Amino acid sequence: MSADTSAAIGPVEGGSHYDVENPAPYIEAPRKRTGKTPRATRGNFEMAAWLFMRLSGVVLVVLVLGHLLIQLFLDGGVSKIGFAFVAGRWASPFWQVWDLLMLWLAMLHGANGLRTVINDYAERANTRLWLKGLLYTATVFTILLGTLVIFTFDPNIR
Amino acid sequence: MATPVLDKVEAESAASPYITVTMRIRRFNPEVSDASVWEDFQIEIDPKERVLDALHKIKWDVDGTLTFRRSCAHGICGSDAMRINGKNRLACKTLIKDINPEKPITVEAIKGLTVLKDLVVDMEPFFQAYRDVMPFLVTKGNEPTRERLQSAEDRERFDDTTKCILCAACTSSCPVFWNDGQYFGPAAIVNAHRFIFDSRDEAGEQRLEILNDKDGVWRCRTTFNCTDACPRGIEVTKAIQEVKRALITRRF
Repeated sequence: MSADTSAAIGPVEGGSHYDVENPAPYIEAPRKRTGKTPRATRGNFEMAAWLFMRLSGVVLVVLVLGHLLIQLFLDGGVSKIGFAFVAGRWASPFWQVWDLLMLWLAMLHGANGLRTVINDYAERANTRLWLKGLLYTATVFTILLGTLVIFTFDPNIR
Repeated sequence: MATPVLDKVEAESAASPYITVTMRIRRFNPEVSDASVWEDFQIEIDPKERVLDALHKIKWDVDGTLTFRRSCAHGICGSDAMRINGKNRLACKTLIKDINPEKPITVEAIKGLTVLKDLVVDMEPFFQAYRDVMPFLVTKGNEPTRERLQSAEDRERFDDTTKCILCAACTSSCPVFWNDGQYFGPAAIVNAHRFIFDSRDEAGEQRLEILNDKDGVWRCRTTFNCTDACPRGIEVTKAIQEVKRALITRRF
């Protein structure tokens, strides 16, 4: 019987050392309740993250488009950007808050997006751990550095 | 003069409606190998017949070892969902002529579930997710002596999601489900939707909390694979979005 079947199916890579008594190993089905299955989490973090993506996205459309308009099109476009231009804008608290908000929202929005990408595509738990560690480190570093610069910016620096 | 010509054409087409079709089927037999292989079958078939008829022809006349599920064979029981030409469909609702019979027609098991043999998969994880959302009416208080009445508008609210036949075409087309299989999957959410938005049911909050889980509705990426795959034409992605909205507004 098994010889017949293998003849009908044709040669298989790796040889046919499986038969009725010794079938190929069963791949454990996903979602089967095992000892390793994490307990159901009733935390709302995923909901908060989902909501944050929508809300920050809407705010970022205004912030980023406004930013691009000011930086690249109005008043002579990109050629006007220099130390003096940045110093002039950051003299006003309005632009400080604008840039700070944009920095935080864009970084968290991007980081959360990458987090879901890693969750979806990294297959091994270790890969996932390292990629997420790298992501969180980069995010925290960039946010802290940017915030520090905005708050401690000194236009008279030499 | 025209009539005899017409007759001749009709006679010719009536003489042989059959065409030769290559069915390329992904075979897996754990008693032979741990790898699956594509196998071609050449069969004569009327293009107006269905893929299921082609599978029957192969199983009955060519190779009896071909294994697949089917029960009613008329698109109601949801047993024969399979991946035909790379798209999840019911074999009993897919006509040969509609999927370009000039090229080989590929048939494989639905993805994301363990293949047991050929086109048969282990549906247990799928039904586990289904059971997890409590797909039954939950009420408090005394049981009424007559029917639980409902207005036509209240019934209309969840009409779309009552059509589900649990064939797993949507869940096994979902890339998030393919990832680690922990996501509840569209089918379970559709069946939760059916009761969450039922005015007679009183466990909506409980079901919403279940779907608020880490592997609940928030993992949906709205790729619309499920809506495309559904053989009953349920707007699956819309149903998932309605559950998300109910979770945020707590109005349902």
